[in-house]
Amino acid sequence: MSCLYQASIGRSEKDLAMAARNLTHLERLESEAIHIMREVVSEAEKPVMLYSVGKDSAVMLHLARKAFYPSPPPFPLLHVDTTWKFQEMYKLRDQMARESGMELLVYQNPEAKERGINPFDHGALHTDMWKTEGLKQALNLYGFDAAFGGARRDEEKSRAKERIFSFRTASHGWDPKNQRPELWNLYNAKKNKGESIRVFPISNWTELDIWQYIHLNDVPIVPLYFADQRPTVERDGMLLMVDDDRFPLREGEEPVMRSIRFRTLGCYPLTGAVESTAKTLPEVIQETLLTTTSERQGRAIDKDAGGAGMEKKKQEGYF
Amino acid sequence: MTDVMADPIYKTDALIAEDIDAYLETHQHKTMLRFITCGSVDDGKSTLIGRLLYDSKMIFEDQLAALEADSKKVGTQGQDIDFALLVDGLAAEREQGITIDVAYRFFNTEKRKFIVADTPGHEQYTRNMVTGASTADLAVILIDARKGVLVQTRRHSYLAHLIGIKNIVLAINKMDLVDYDQSVYDAILKDYTAFATSIGITAFTPIPISGFKGDNITGPSANTPWYKGPALIEHLENVEVNAATDADKPFRMAVQWVNRPNLDFRGFSGQIATGTVKLGDAIRILPSGKTSTVSRIVTLDGDLDVAVAGQSVTICLADEVDCSRGDVIAAADNPPQAADQFESTIVWMADEEMLPGRPYWLKIGTQTVTATVQQPKYQVNVNTMEHLAARTLDLNAIGVANLSTDKAISFEPYAQNRTLGGFILIDKITNATVAAGMLHFSLRRAQNVHWQPTDVSRESHAAMKNQKPAVLWFTGLSGAGKSTIANLVEKKLARMNRHTFLLDGDNVRHGLNKDLGFTDADRVENIRRVGEVAKLMTDAGLVVITAFISPFRSERDMVRQMMQPGEFVEVHIDTPLADAEARDVKGLYKKARSGELKNFTGIDSPYEPPHDPEIRIDTMAMTAEEAAELIVARLIP
Repeated sequence: MSCLYQASIGRSEKDLAMAARNLTHLERLESEAIHIMREVVSEAEKPVMLYSVGKDSAVMLHLARKAFYPSPPPFPLLHVDTTWKFQEMYKLRDQMARESGMELLVYQNPEAKERGINPFDHGALHTDMWKTEGLKQALNLYGFDAAFGGARRDEEKSRAKERIFSFRTASHGWDPKNQRPELWNLYNAKKNKGESIRVFPISNWTELDIWQYIHLNDVPIVPLYFADQRPTVERDGMLLMVDDDRFPLREGEEPVMRSIRFRTLGCYPLTGAVESTAKTLPEVIQETLLTTTSERQGRAIDKDAGGAGMEKKKQEGYF
Repeated sequence: MTDVMADPIYKTDALIAEDIDAYLETHQHKTMLRFITCGSVDDGKSTLIGRLLYDSKMIFEDQLAALEADSKKVGTQGQDIDFALLVDGLAAEREQGITIDVAYRFFNTEKRKFIVADTPGHEQYTRNMVTGASTADLAVILIDARKGVLVQTRRHSYLAHLIGIKNIVLAINKMDLVDYDQSVYDAILKDYTAFATSIGITAFTPIPISGFKGDNITGPSANTPWYKGPALIEHLENVEVNAATDADKPFRMAVQWVNRPNLDFRGFSGQIATGTVKLGDAIRILPSGKTSTVSRIVTLDGDLDVAVAGQSVTICLADEVDCSRGDVIAAADNPPQAADQFESTIVWMADEEMLPGRPYWLKIGTQTVTATVQQPKYQVNVNTMEHLAARTLDLNAIGVANLSTDKAISFEPYAQNRTLGGFILIDKITNATVAAGMLHFSLRRAQNVHWQPTDVSRESHAAMKNQKPAVLWFTGLSGAGKSTIANLVEKKLARMNRHTFLLDGDNVRHGLNKDLGFTDADRVENIRRVGEVAKLMTDAGLVVITAFISPFRSERDMVRQMMQPGEFVEVHIDTPLADAEARDVKGLYKKARSGELKNFTGIDSPYEPPHDPEIRIDTMAMTAEEAAELIVARLIP
């Protein structure tokens, strides 16, 4: 990201102004995200960064390190864990927490744990209990008043209208009809008693921007984004990876080694893989650009409730 | 460019497939343009945006399949794809068939990344359009070729111009429905030019298009051979963005956060609003006026020699100077002004109307101060641009008004600097963003009345009297006993050789405030003046006792903010309404109940009790004498 400046040594003021005309879109997006993060740290009492270990989280963490360097980011990372993530995600999570010098909080909904809620037997309840409820419980437990999330407006229709500073009621509900106007780069972070804020610094990034940024900045990501031979079964039209021995094989199912990778990462039994040979970032980006199915399609969550699945989930408190 | 039909958007696919590294290299150097689209419900705005996304392949196969199915189910284009469905996001809107908020969309071409703010056209949603426009480099104003320049067209153009958008595209849409007739286009252009000139728009780019059929969107259309200008995308790819012009202006950066990981490092983090900054540059910190030089520009990727407008950086200075959030670091020889009184344009965005004189939070750059707005000079009718007399501003109203802040802020006129000229107002009780505004200039009286430093300081005034100045601010219902207790407190303090002064509500209204009545706005002004007088008296070293109903929390907090920390002691004389009314010493409650007296606190005007007063006197539990004892004991332990 620093090419502009290296090239600018010894140039006149006028040339520098000319260079600014070429501030790239990634530089502008990065700067905007950093500005947002600093505003939150300055105005919120107890911020936290939600960390899901996916590629958007990876970019968020990298941006946070940039925003506050040489200080470590002045807030902890919170992983709302479902216990059903891929093994490689847990590995990278712990490694990144160590490297960034940030505190890592891992929260697992005790009720979901006790009842043994899992994606195989419980369907939608799995997401509700581990993720939606788990998140609410964790935010209440620690008393965080602002939580950074890596959601992007290009991901899904209801996200496109959500503010960067998105307020939640005491019960974590979202009211799309009653959002504060956001003008210029001025964010009103004042909250009423019991309210909390979800903040989305990379709202204006697209999937391609994320990949490009990871590429340019060597941001570490989970190896599952790259193709490799992995044990898989095909089920209900989705290619699932048998990540551990909790995966109940159905009658006649036998894991098959396939060259696969993931476009999005969640709970392994809910996340569909794509067959691929893309082993490098440029190859992954190439495949992403040429592919004609959208990113979230690998996930079951958006399809409930007649096309308004995510909007409904968000009103109920899903991130 | 007449016959260049090569589609600039589609070329990428081949490059991606053949040489991904070369593609990434190109993409890496793309610039970004943010624009808004404005049009009324039937101008085909959503269709145009849907078309842009579709043409730039931002629609995936699964989305397209859903779109095709939806088009047949709820679409308005028969069996054709209804692009508008792509854009209309929330469930409620899909049912109503209208867009009701600001939505952001993204697409790329060879040269640029675009962020589109889709803003609705209804009059009641002025606030949404202003919001979308605030971050835009360009506005696309849509006109239905069959209808020409409408009231909405004028409104959208006025708002875009108001918010300072210099690049305006007049997209004359639905040309397919007027047989691509040049005379229709020319007539609309003539109309619009006359209007635009009248409101100060000096340049705009007219383009005849069909969002539905795709004419003049990505390339020149064979249907409009008479049109020689650029296609829409072509224009969007080449127009200059705001960031570019900002870089030519003098250096300004609002300090967001002081970066202090250890005792050896102290940096000031912020996003550069305008100009460039280099190592060794002389800078000035505002409002203190202290100067220093730039010793380092720090980023995670290594130190920089220079940084430009739009960048978020951390700057280290050569000297140990005070600098904190809210300060502005600027070019030493060309700093912005500071002032506390301004003329401004205000766009009111809340259901609750503006209350002139009521203190609001004002956020500008990284500065948050208390501001009060005067009665508007006029309101603008956004349809006719007429100036109307106005007492206040209600939802979606735009007006020009003077405002004052409780301390000087570093600012520049909005026309020169969006960051140091654009502000929001926040309600102190609900915390809602109630208005957006633009500072035009500081008022001469604030600019030229400099603070006169006096040789005998407030500390020496207090020392001579051998006391600590304070304000005992009594608040409570009429008839609660404020004046009685305040009198007793003053007598006790006088006996202890304390220098005091009692400001009583009724007495002040005979003189200083005799021009004020009892409306909400007048009550606010009454308290502001008393606060200022009390403040002068504390500067003189006095213990000031005030006895005013002062019904509103925000005005009492305003006075608290005027005083030095710890000097404001709020005393709530807490008497139940029924009890105060039963006493009715002055017979006022009776008059209020009979309707003879309007706006009487507790009857037809609200009283907001303090949440957390320094002292609360329960008049049902103690006598006036006991209350006075207690207050004096708290003041002089």
